[in-house]
Amino acid sequence: MASTTASAFEYAPAPESRSVVDIAPSYGLFIDGEFTEAAEGKVFKTVSPSTEEVLSEIAQAGEADVDRAVRAARKAFGKWSALPGSERAKYLFRIARIIQERSRELAVLETLDNGKPIKETRDADLPLVAAHFFYYAGWADKLDHAGFGASPRPLGVAGQVIPWNFPLLMLAWKIAPALATGNTVVLKPAETTPLSALFFADICRQAGLPKGVVNILPGYGDAGAALVAHPDVNKVAFTGSTAVGKAIARQVAGSHKKVTLELGGKGANIVFDDAPIDQAVEGIVSGIFFNQGQVCCAGSRLLVQESIQDELLESLKRRLATLRLGDPLDKNTDIGAINSAEQLSRITSLVEQGEAEGAERWSPACELPTSGYWFAPTLFTNVTQAHTVARDEIFGPVLSVLSFRTPEEAVAKANNTPYGLSAGIWTEKGSRILAVASKLRAGVIWSNTFNKFDPTSPFGGYKESGFGREGGRHGLEAYLDVR
Amino acid sequence: MSDKTDKTEQQQRLSVFKTYKLYVGGKFPRSESGRVYEVTDAKGKWLANAPQSSRKDARDAVVAARKAFGGWSGATAYNRGQILYRVAEMLEGRKGQFVTEVAEAEGLSKSKAADQVEATIDRWVWYAGWTDKIAQVVGGGNPVAGPYFNLSSPEPTGVVAVLAPQESSFLGLVSVLAPVIATGNTAIVIASERSPLPALSLGEVLATSDVPGGVVNVLSGRTAEIAAPLAAHQDVNAIDLAGADDVLAKELEIAAADNLKRVLRPQPVDDWSAAPGTDRMTAFLETKTVWHPTGSLGASGSSY
Repeated sequence: MASTTASAFEYAPAPESRSVVDIAPSYGLFIDGEFTEAAEGKVFKTVSPSTEEVLSEIAQAGEADVDRAVRAARKAFGKWSALPGSERAKYLFRIARIIQERSRELAVLETLDNGKPIKETRDADLPLVAAHFFYYAGWADKLDHAGFGASPRPLGVAGQVIPWNFPLLMLAWKIAPALATGNTVVLKPAETTPLSALFFADICRQAGLPKGVVNILPGYGDAGAALVAHPDVNKVAFTGSTAVGKAIARQVAGSHKKVTLELGGKGANIVFDDAPIDQAVEGIVSGIFFNQGQVCCAGSRLLVQESIQDELLESLKRRLATLRLGDPLDKNTDIGAINSAEQLSRITSLVEQGEAEGAERWSPACELPTSGYWFAPTLFTNVTQAHTVARDEIFGPVLSVLSFRTPEEAVAKANNTPYGLSAGIWTEKGSRILAVASKLRAGVIWSNTFNKFDPTSPFGGYKESGFGREGGRHGLEAYLDVR
Repeated sequence: MSDKTDKTEQQQRLSVFKTYKLYVGGKFPRSESGRVYEVTDAKGKWLANAPQSSRKDARDAVVAARKAFGGWSGATAYNRGQILYRVAEMLEGRKGQFVTEVAEAEGLSKSKAADQVEATIDRWVWYAGWTDKIAQVVGGGNPVAGPYFNLSSPEPTGVVAVLAPQESSFLGLVSVLAPVIATGNTAIVIASERSPLPALSLGEVLATSDVPGGVVNVLSGRTAEIAAPLAAHQDVNAIDLAGADDVLAKELEIAAADNLKRVLRPQPVDDWSAAPGTDRMTAFLETKTVWHPTGSLGASGSSY
C-alpha cells in the first residue's frame, strides 16, 4: 500500500542483510546435547512465509523421539536440580548474554522463518527474549524467598509445546523459568517455525549447559500430543489454541501432571469519549496489527463510545493507510506476511463469513506481493456481538468495531466472550480506568497503552483463555511443587 | 389422666426431630426432586432423612451463586472479613448442637467432637483474617523496564463447586469452603455423602451470619450425581475435587475441561486440623495485571 500513499516521500528500500545468519540445508532433533535424526527418518520443510522459499529441511519428531528426549531429560534432572541455585543462575546468565550477542542473527532468522517484520523481531522479540533469561536467572538462587515455602522443589521433566507466532519469545517464556527452578525440559516448537529453537539449542551448547537439560523436538501436533501424554513428564506447559488446550486438559485429567495453558483471546479495546484520540489510534493499531494480529492477546474487538465513533474511525482509517506492508526484512515494513498458507486460509474464510453475515469490510488501498502469504489490514464496522468476527478469534490483522454508550455497557460487551486474556482502556479519567479495569474479566489490562510485555509482569488469562501465569514471581509457581 | 401418667410422659418427652433442608440462595428448600435418603450415625442408627439433591438443585445453586458473585466479590475485603468472623461468632453460640452432630456423624466421643468443632470455629477466624491480606501477599507492583506503572492483583475466579471431604464432616467441610469464599468467590458445596447433617446445619448458621444469600449453597445427596452437572456446567468457573475418589475425580476433571474450569485435584489430608496454609485460597484466584504509562518525568525528556 506504500505505493498509493505519501507519494511525495517515497521510501527507499532498506533491507536488513541476510548474511548475518547461516541457515544449514538440514537440521536434526536436539536430544541429550546432540543433533540427531528422527527415529523414523521423517523430515519436513520450513519455508519463508513472505516468499515461500524453502529455508531448510528439519527432522520430524515422532513418538519414539519424544520418549528418547524425555529419558534424556529425566537422566539430566537429578544433577541439574541438585546444582546450587547460584550455579544454575550462571548458566541462565550465560544464555542471556549469548542471546544478546547473537540477537541480530536471531532477529533475521526469526523474520525469515516466521514472516514478521524485522522491526518487531529486532526491537521487541529479541530484547524480551534476553530479558526473560536475565530475569529468571536471578530467581534461581532466591527461590526460598519467592513465597512458595522454605525450600520449593522442582517438578521434574517439563514437556512444553509452543506456537509459531512468537517462536523464540515463547521458548524463553517456557524454558527460562523451568531451568531457573531446576526442571529439565523437552520443548516442541511449531512445525512452521522450528529454526530459532534449533539455533537456541546451539546457544545451549555454547553456554556449556549440561546435556539433556534442554531438548528440542521440532514436529507436528502428534509429537506435541505424545509429549503431553508421556507418563514420565511431570509438567505440561502449552501456549496455543483453546481447542488444543481443552484436549490437553482432558488428556492430563486424573494424572499428577501440573499444567499451565496460555490459550486464545478476543481482547476488547475500549475507547471512551475523553480518550486522547491520537494515542488511542496508535494503541488500536499496535493492538491488532502488531505481528499481523497473530497475537493471543490482540485487541481484536474495538469498543468505541458512540459519540466519538465517526471521528475515531476516520483517524484510524487515515492511520491504516500509512502502514507499509511488504518484505519483512525491510526495516520500514510495518506489516509482514501471515505465517502459513493454512493460517491465511483460516483468516480468509472468517473474513468472508463476516461479510456474509452483514458486517461491513474495509481495507486501505493495498498491493499484496504475488508470492508468499499476505492479508491486508482489515476493519469491520456494523458489527454486532452475535457476529462471528466479534466472537471467534481470527488470529490475523482483522479488527471488529463495535460501539457503546455507557461504561456499564462497555464492560458488559467487553466481558461478553468465553475468553479473558487481555483488554485495553482509553480515557483521560483515572477513576474510570480503575473502575473499568476492576470489572473486566481479563488477565492483562492495558490502560492508555496496549501490547506491552515485560518478564517481571505476570501474563495469563481468565476463563477459557487458560490457567496459570507466565512471567514475574507468579511464573515460578508453574514449575515448583508448592503443595 | 392421673398425675402419675403425666409425669411419665414428661420424663419421656418425645423429642422434636429436625427436617434437614438444603441451603440455596439464602433459602432452605427441600430437594426439587422430592427425594430424601437415610442418614445414620457411625453405628447405623437412624438420625434423619437428608435431602437427596438432583441435577436441577445443582443448577439452581449455580444460578444463585452467580447472582451473588457480583456483590460478594465487589464487597470490600474488610467487610468479607467481618462477615466470616461473624460466622465464627454464631457457631460458637451453637457449639453444643454441632458437637452432638459431629459426634454422631463421625462416631467420636463428645470431647473429640468438641475438638473438631472448636478447630472449625478457629478456622473461620483464621480465614476472616486473611480476606484483607491475601492481595498483599500474592499481588504487588512489578518493576517493568519501561515508563509504566504495573500492578498485579488477585481476583476471585468466580463460582466454585466444592466437593467436601467425605470423612471430616465439619472441619473438613469448612476447611475447603472458607478459603473459597474468603477470597470473594461464591460456592456450591456438596456435603459429605454419608454425614451431611453438620453441613446442612451450617447453612442455618450462615443464614444468620450476614453472609449474603447465594454466596454459599449447601447441597446434600449422592456426591457423584450432584457433582456431574456442576463439573459440566458452563457457568461454573472452578471445582475442588476434595471429596471425590480417584475414578470420580478423573471423570469430573475431564468434564471440567470443557470450559477450562480451574481444577483442584484431591490432595491426601491426614489431619484436617493441621495449619492450612494459603494454597486453598490461591487455587481459586486469578491474577490481573494492569498497566498504565507513568510519563517518566525527566527520564527521557518525555512529558506527562
